[in-house]
Amino acid sequence: MATDPDMAMVLVVSALLVIGSLFSVLAALGVLRFPDLYTRMHAASKAGTIGSGLLLLAAGIHAMDIAILLRALAGFAFFLLTAPLSAHLLAKAAHQAGYRLTNLSVTDQMPQPSPQKSRSL
Amino acid sequence: MTFLMVNVLLMLTWAAVSGSFTIPNLLLGLAVGALSLCLVREQFAAARHRVNPVKLLVLTAVFFKELSLSAIKVALLVIRPDMQLRPGIFAFPLTLTRDFEITLLANLITLTPGTLSVDVSEDRKTLYVHALDCHDPAAEKRAISTGFERRIREAFPL
Repeated sequence: MATDPDMAMVLVVSALLVIGSLFSVLAALGVLRFPDLYTRMHAASKAGTIGSGLLLLAAGIHAMDIAILLRALAGFAFFLLTAPLSAHLLAKAAHQAGYRLTNLSVTDQMPQPSPQKSRSL
Repeated sequence: MTFLMVNVLLMLTWAAVSGSFTIPNLLLGLAVGALSLCLVREQFAAARHRVNPVKLLVLTAVFFKELSLSAIKVALLVIRPDMQLRPGIFAFPLTLTRDFEITLLANLITLTPGTLSVDVSEDRKTLYVHALDCHDPAAEKRAISTGFERRIREAFPL
């Protein structure tokens, strides 16, 4: 059974699909459960990237077409380039707007914007 | 030389994204790539770097390992009933000076366990990093400076 190449590929694709979906679900759950924007970005940027990457890879392998696989890999590469950027921008904008860290936080070494500046934002 | 290499890279990217490796499509990619490179040629000329390909490969491998660990760590944290978070933002003193190195480091930090870049100071000497577990910022700082920062410096020698 495992020697059958088709069967082996089906198993690999299924495993990728299940693990990828699991990461995506956990990323969504993380966005729901974490207490503030900064911690939520952790879930969205890491588990989300891996989840969608594995799903893209599964789609690419399943197609059995090198062009589609390359396109899926290119999609993953663009994901790796853009996910940290959006997380970074959201966190930066929230901090500039004066959005506080959750009460659980132990330290904030980043200077807060002055009150006048944050009002004008 | 570098121009041509980047142009070929853009052409291959175009062929991969459009999903067709026929000769006309490759030529189209080459032409569009050359046109886009002409548009940014001034910034491009200023940005010539020496690259150590072996170290760059090591950096890539380490990055993918850290990314998987990071996703698993966040996923495990999410399903714990008590998340035991001690988040915080710490200031990381940058020793990298060039813009693309700082960008690369900030992106790598965001995709690795428990840390997320928030901002770079105006003078480009400090990177503000949010950590899920920030009870020991000194250890986090040490991990970044002996890990990714050192590897980036090795991959792109001055």
